[in-house]
Amino acid sequence: MNAGEVKHPGLNLGSTDTDTHEQAEGDVFGFWVFLMSDAVIFALLFAVYGTMLAATAGGPTPADAYKLGPTFAETLTLLTSSLTFGMASIAVKYEASGSVLFGWLAITLALGLAFLGLELHDFATMIGEGAYPARSGFLSSFFALVPLHGLHVLAGCLWLVVMIVQLSTFGLDARVKINLLRLGLFWHFLDIVWIAIFSIVYLQGLIR
Amino acid sequence: MTGPGREKWNDIRGYLIGYGLALALTAAAFAAVRWPTFGAGATLGLVFGLALVQLTVHFRYFLHISLRRSARDDLLLILFSTLIIVLMVSGTIVIMSDLRGRMM
Repeated sequence: MNAGEVKHPGLNLGSTDTDTHEQAEGDVFGFWVFLMSDAVIFALLFAVYGTMLAATAGGPTPADAYKLGPTFAETLTLLTSSLTFGMASIAVKYEASGSVLFGWLAITLALGLAFLGLELHDFATMIGEGAYPARSGFLSSFFALVPLHGLHVLAGCLWLVVMIVQLSTFGLDARVKINLLRLGLFWHFLDIVWIAIFSIVYLQGLIR
Repeated sequence: MTGPGREKWNDIRGYLIGYGLALALTAAAFAAVRWPTFGAGATLGLVFGLALVQLTVHFRYFLHISLRRSARDDLLLILFSTLIIVLMVSGTIVIMSDLRGRMM
């Protein structure tokens, strides 16, 4: 059995923990199946958004409702949280105790919450300017798609809290390691969905 | 460097390369919209092109999926999901825009 073999998406534990690496293959693949079905849900909401783009019913158009600066700030926050989660994955793989891991998870959690704060502020501004969900088909489809991603980030943040508690209770055992591998996939997957959101929703709407 | 230290550095470097490329691609897409130099259609094409490149960067450096190294099941599932997504999304857009055209 070659321990250096890549068995699943995300960072593989490989030779640093061969037993958990063996066990991770099936567990992580199951979670990968869920992520792909989640991707289909997002893709269809993007399709609905695409068909609703012109349905503004005399209300705010995409160019009126969106702002470039806050979107860029949200993007940078989420991108950086992907890097810090990557560093957490490295700590899962190479660290024996988990003290560095704590730090990276806490930073990732802070960035995730900062992203949610920026996004909520953005929504509040939009709604304050008359771009609320019931205004038009365009805004309904926007508020179906983008806050769903926000809810996923919120779920990821709650999951991070759970992992911090598990880590302090059980230490870095096999189950905690595999849970962290799955959370890593979830977190990086949300970043990929956000690429589609800032390109298809925000940037497309703001092109002059 | 010795074996484990080298492997660790390689893993860290992967994330750093991915982050650097993602930052550059994101900045390029936002800059293309902030300071428009081409027409609207060309800018849209550029933004979507950059998004596709960034998608593969994230898959490669953050999710560690590549054509060469991945376990086959993961890759097959990605390809199948992509097929489903392309069929459903393009079908939705074609039918709904056709319907809109008839109702105008």
